[in-house]
Amino acid sequence: MTETVTGPARQGTDAALARYAVRLGDDALVLAQQLCGWITRAPTIEEDLALSNIALDLVGHARTLLALGGRLDGTGRTEDDFAFLRTEREFTNALLVEIPDGDFAGTVARQLAYTHHAVLLYEALAASTDPELAAFAVRAAKEVAYHRRHADDWVVRLGLGTAESARRMRAGLERVWPCTAELFEEDALVRGLTAAGAVPAPGPLRERWHEEVAAVLKRAGLPLPAPKWHATGGRDGLHTEAFGPLVAELQSVHRQFPGGTW
Amino acid sequence: MTGSPARAAASPGAGEEAASQARLTAEFEALLAEGETVEPRDWMPDGYRRMLIRQIAQHAHSEIIGMQPEGAWLTRAPSLHRKSVLLAKVQDEAGHGLYLYSAAETLGVDRAELLAALHRGQQRYAATFNHPALTWADTGAVAWLTDGAAVINQAPLCHTSYGPYARAMRRVCQEEAFHVRQGYDLMKALCEGTPAQKAMAQDAVDRWWLPAVALMFGPPDTEAAGGDAKTAALGAAVSRRAIAWGIKRHTNDELRQRFVDHCVPQAERLGLTLPDPGIRWNEERGHYDFGPVDWELYRGALGDDTHTARQRLAHRVAAHEDGAWVREAAAAYAARQSGADTAGTSTEAVA
Ligand SMILES: [Fe+2]
Ligand SMILES: [Fe+2]
Repeated sequence: MTETVTGPARQGTDAALARYAVRLGDDALVLAQQLCGWITRAPTIEEDLALSNIALDLVGHARTLLALGGRLDGTGRTEDDFAFLRTEREFTNALLVEIPDGDFAGTVARQLAYTHHAVLLYEALAASTDPELAAFAVRAAKEVAYHRRHADDWVVRLGLGTAESARRMRAGLERVWPCTAELFEEDALVRGLTAAGAVPAPGPLRERWHEEVAAVLKRAGLPLPAPKWHATGGRDGLHTEAFGPLVAELQSVHRQFPGGTW
Repeated sequence: MTGSPARAAASPGAGEEAASQARLTAEFEALLAEGETVEPRDWMPDGYRRMLIRQIAQHAHSEIIGMQPEGAWLTRAPSLHRKSVLLAKVQDEAGHGLYLYSAAETLGVDRAELLAALHRGQQRYAATFNHPALTWADTGAVAWLTDGAAVINQAPLCHTSYGPYARAMRRVCQEEAFHVRQGYDLMKALCEGTPAQKAMAQDAVDRWWLPAVALMFGPPDTEAAGGDAKTAALGAAVSRRAIAWGIKRHTNDELRQRFVDHCVPQAERLGLTLPDPGIRWNEERGHYDFGPVDWELYRGALGDDTHTARQRLAHRVAAHEDGAWVREAAAAYAARQSGADTAGTSTEAVA
């Protein structure tokens, strides 16, 4: 990941990297939006605090990544242009972050899958040829490592807590696991960027991710789900039906005041 | 109070109890008069302990119920910057709730008990939060006005006589002052925005001014406030007791005046009109005059049984009940980790 590319090749990479950054930014933004829905409804006040803290970090990641996308793709779009003025079909988050998660166990299952993926990815992105993306990744990896710890602790607590918590945790894992493969999808965009040394190859990340989550689930006495199908489409803007209302809620105030400044 | 006789455990003989009680009370009040703080292990009159528990619990409940009107706007914040700011604020309020429940626990009650009392409607929270937050601008008005009122109310509590409460309040006050600045900044952005944005800001102030002025400071407790004499006399008696014990430092009406004096120039700078035609500078008093709150009318309009009040409590109770299985699981896991769990339900639970 050291070669310096210039000219049209560089521009091509920038445009591709912009799309890549927006994908990750959308993941962080949509997940933050889901966690916002927990605040004041969490099982304890400590959890209200923890989940708002995690959501706050994720909004921070989204802001950096979306703004980076707007700079790299040459459109000059701001973080808010991306968040509030795109249609559902223009969002490119993975389906994992948008599906309804059912209950607290579902949230924990999703956090387990996402955080282990995000730490591995950001640690690898710290070596990206793009200096801005690399600098962001160093900071974000540290923050998500705390979120990963929070998820791991809950998986173990719920897995070994009561019969009901273990049952709900198994159900939560079953619910979200079909959406985990998409995090490591290797489409043309990712292949091109991997070849250019701009982003890490998903294959090795997936192997490490699998080992890590399997180890946590083992500690928690929970089976690793083996889904028979894998969801896909989010990276192409093909979302679930639940996504429309989520985007409508996210954008409602912003769109009610055209030309508004906030 | 270290080394004082009041700190020694009270173990009087049967006949001497009343005399000893009176002596301890006199010593306690003398020490308070000298500005000493009371710590959890010190002797304290029952009335002092009860008044503190009631006040700290009500304060803690207000922090967590107060998360609801703003928390409901987290998913709709109109910019990512404002979303971050609001998330940080709501997170702070949860933290305030935690500090305050911990302070109450030093007085021999526990959080679960206090929450149960809140859920049964036996303990109160600031009725201000029984107003609905209808638009995005309400989050700004709440932070500017309600948190603003809280800062003025609470600044003296940083020196309240009970040590753990005073220490909790020092952390709380710092953060509240920050919330007020952010609320003002949010309102400023709306006022400098489109006419529709400014109209939204004015509408929010129209609805949140009276709740802040009236409810954040409690009922009138001086005759001068122009309320009815009976209410004022009752309020004054409660305030006198609290002031004598160093729990309160100022009357409700003094603090209310301070708040109005703070807000009027800020509203002028924003270009917003405070909805009280009685507001005008009084050169003689060196304060802003403001219209008297019609308490009778206001209380009638804001019973505990409004739609929003029911909603606040129902939301809180639902969160508590929905989370019961999570708390049970965490407790069962913790018990197993500490080895205290030898047999029974949670062992069979994982089978
Ligand atoms: Fe607070
Ligand atoms: Fe506050």
